[in-house]
Amino acid sequence: MPPTLSSALASPETAPPPGLPPLDIDPRLVGDPALKSVAAKLAQGRRLDEGDGLALMKSRDLLGLGALAHAARLAKNGLATYYVINRQINYSNICGNRCTFCAFWREPGGDGAYLLSPEQAAQMAAEHPQLNLSELHIVGSCHPDLGLDYYCELLAALGAARPQATLKAFTPVEIDHFARQEGISTSEVFQRLMAAGLGAMPGGGAEVFSPRVRRELCPSKTSGERWLAISGQAHALGLPTNATMLYGHIETPAERVEHLLALRQQQDQSGGFSAFIPLAFHPENTGLGELNRTTGLDDLRVVAASRLLLDNFPHIKAYWVMLGPKLAQVALNFGADDLDGTIVEERITHTAGATTAKGMTEDELRHLITSAGFVPVRRDSFYRSVEQS
Amino acid sequence: MALAQEAKQPLPQAMKAAESGKRLSLRQAQTLLEKAELLDLGRLAHAARMRHNPEPVVTFAVDRNINTTNECLSGCRFCAFFRPPGHAEGYVLSPEELGRKIDETLALGGTHILIQGGLHPQIGVETTCESFRFIKQHHPIHIHGLSPPEVVHMAQVDGLSIPEAIERLRAAGLGSIPGGGAEILVDRVRELIAPGKCGADQWLDVMAQAHHQGLMTTATMMFGSLETVAERIEHLRRLRDLQDESLALGRGSFTAFIPWTFQPANTALSHLPPATAVDYLRMLAVSRLFLDNFPHVQASWVTQGAGIAQTALAFGADDLGSTMIEENVVAAAGVSFRLPREELVRLAQDLGFAARQRDVFYKPV
Repeated sequence: MPPTLSSALASPETAPPPGLPPLDIDPRLVGDPALKSVAAKLAQGRRLDEGDGLALMKSRDLLGLGALAHAARLAKNGLATYYVINRQINYSNICGNRCTFCAFWREPGGDGAYLLSPEQAAQMAAEHPQLNLSELHIVGSCHPDLGLDYYCELLAALGAARPQATLKAFTPVEIDHFARQEGISTSEVFQRLMAAGLGAMPGGGAEVFSPRVRRELCPSKTSGERWLAISGQAHALGLPTNATMLYGHIETPAERVEHLLALRQQQDQSGGFSAFIPLAFHPENTGLGELNRTTGLDDLRVVAASRLLLDNFPHIKAYWVMLGPKLAQVALNFGADDLDGTIVEERITHTAGATTAKGMTEDELRHLITSAGFVPVRRDSFYRSVEQS
Repeated sequence: MALAQEAKQPLPQAMKAAESGKRLSLRQAQTLLEKAELLDLGRLAHAARMRHNPEPVVTFAVDRNINTTNECLSGCRFCAFFRPPGHAEGYVLSPEELGRKIDETLALGGTHILIQGGLHPQIGVETTCESFRFIKQHHPIHIHGLSPPEVVHMAQVDGLSIPEAIERLRAAGLGSIPGGGAEILVDRVRELIAPGKCGADQWLDVMAQAHHQGLMTTATMMFGSLETVAERIEHLRRLRDLQDESLALGRGSFTAFIPWTFQPANTALSHLPPATAVDYLRMLAVSRLFLDNFPHVQASWVTQGAGIAQTALAFGADDLGSTMIEENVVAAAGVSFRLPREELVRLAQDLGFAARQRDVFYKPV
C-alpha cells in the first residue's frame, strides 16, 4: 500500500519544523576567521543570518565548512544515510521555456524531440520487474500543446504499472504551466493530479530565485515567488515536496544565500519540504557552454552551506548524478544525508555532458555509504525506512 | 606506561602523535586509517603538509606519458593496457613517433617525458639505451623513465646485474625513475595480482641502487585490490625505511609519494568494488602522516577526477601531478579525466593556493 499522506507529514500546519540544536564543533577544524564566528553562533544554537551565509558561501576553508556542516548533519540525522530504489521518467523534452542553461529541451518537431504516451511511460516504469521501486520521479517540460488530461492519464498509467511506488511528479514550474494551459487555478490542478495518484513533488525549476538571474537565463520560467507559493500550496494539501538550487553559472554568492533563506522562510511557514538538493550546473551543450564546471570545493561548500542555513529542512541530498559518486560520497561528511537512488536512466544532466553512469545498483549505493562509515537506510518518498530489497 | 595508554585509547594517542609530528608506529598508522574521522585526518595531514611545504603553493608538472610498447609478459590481473607479446593489438613505438611526441611535449612547455612500456621479451637494457641515446641526441629532454619491474626485466634480458643495468641506462640518458609497479610491496598481494612482476624486495632494491647512483625517484601505491589494511601500512613502512637509508647516504632519494586506487574496469579483477573517494582521501592523509621523510605527496586526478583531486589538496597533497598530455594506461581501464594546465591552476587557486609549474626535481620552472 502506498503510504497515506497524513502519516507522512506530522501536522504540517502547526509549529514550524525544528531548527538546529546547539552544535558541538571541534574548533581545531576551523581555520577561516569568518567561519569561527559562524561556529560560535552554531555552538549557541542561534539561527544563522545572511552575513553568516555569505561567510559560508565565500569560505575556502574546506575542512572548516565540513566541520560545521557535519556537526549539523549529526544533530539532524546521526550517521543515517538514505537512498531510494527509484526510477526517473522524463515524459517529454518539448518545452517552450528555452532556458539558456538547459541542454535537454527541444522545439516541437525538432531533432530528438519526444513525448512519451502514457502507455510508453508505463512500459518504461514496468521494466526491470525485479527492481522493487519505491518511487517514480517524473519530470518533463513545459509542453506547449498538452492539456491536464494527459498528465492525469500519465499518472494513472504509471500508478497502474507500479502500484507500490509513490508518484513523485511535476515541479512547481510544470504545475504553474498546466494551470495556465487549462486556464484554471493551481489548486484545481493539484486536486485533479492528486486524484490521479500524485503523491509527492520533486523540487526542480527553482534554479536561483534572483529576478536578475531569471531574467538573464530563464525569462519565461515561473518566478521564484510563484515557485515558493506553489510549493506552499502543495504543503497545505499534504504533499511533501523537495527544493533545489542550480548553482555554478552566473549567480553571485549573495544570490545563493538569498535563495536558501527564501526557502528557509517558506519552510517556516509551510513545513512540507523534505529535502534540499543542490544541483551543480553542467555547461556542456547549453547556451552557457563557455563556463567552467564547478570545482570540488564549490560543490562541497554549497552542500555544507545548505545544511547550515536550511536548519528547518530535514534532509540535504548529495545527488550523485550531478556530483559524481565520488564527490557525493565525500559530501556525506559535509552535511548531506541522502544520495538519491538507483535512478536507472537519467537524461537531463547527461544531455549536458554528465559522464556519470545513468543508474546505480542498490549494492553500489550501499557500498558508497558503508565504506564512508555511515549507516545505509533504504527509504521511501517520505523518508520512512524500507527493508533492503 | 605509554604502551598501556596506547592500548587503552589507541585513537587519541595516535592522533596526538600525528598532531605533534612524531614518527608514527605501524599500529598508530593503522588506527588512524581505520578509526579516525575523515575531517580529523584532513586536519592532521594538512598540518603535516604545511610542515613539509610551508609555502601556500600547489605544484604541477607539464610532461607527457609515453608508453613505448603495450606488449608485456607480466599479465597483471589489474591491468587493462597490456597485450601479450605477438598479440594483434600489440605495438612498439618507432623512433620517429617517439621523436614527434617529444617535440610536441617541448612545444607545450613540458620539462620531461615519463617513458614506460611493458615487459617486452626482446627489449633489454641495450635496446633501451639506444632509444635513450637517440632521444638525447635528436630530441633532448629530461627522461623520467621506466619503473623497477622494467629495470629488473631488462637486466634479465641482457644478463646484467641491477647496478650494471642502472649504470648503463643512466649513462645513456635516464635522468630519474618513476615509482610505478610498486602496487603493494607485500609479496602475498603481488602473487595474487601481479605474479609476473618483480617481488617487493626487488622493487626496493632497484630504487636503493638508483638512489645509490644519485638518481631521484618517486614511489607509488596502488590500493583497493586484494590487500589488507595492515598490508597498506607495511607498504608505507618499507618505503619509509628505504628513504631513511637513502637520505643517510645523501645521493638520490624519493621526491614524492603517489597513492592511487585500483581501477577494476576491463581487468581480470573487474568483480571487485572500486576503492571509494573517502577511502582514497583517508589513505592519502595517512600516507602524508606516516611518510615523514618524503618531501611531497601527489594527488591523482587521473584516477580520482578534478573534484576529488582538489579535495585532496586539503588532505595532505601538495602537488597535482602533471598535465599528462597523453595517458594510456588508466584510460584503458575506463577512466578518462582530462585536465589541461589552466584547469590545474584554477583548482589550486580556487582553494587559496598559488599554482606553480615544477620540473621532475620539484624545482620551479
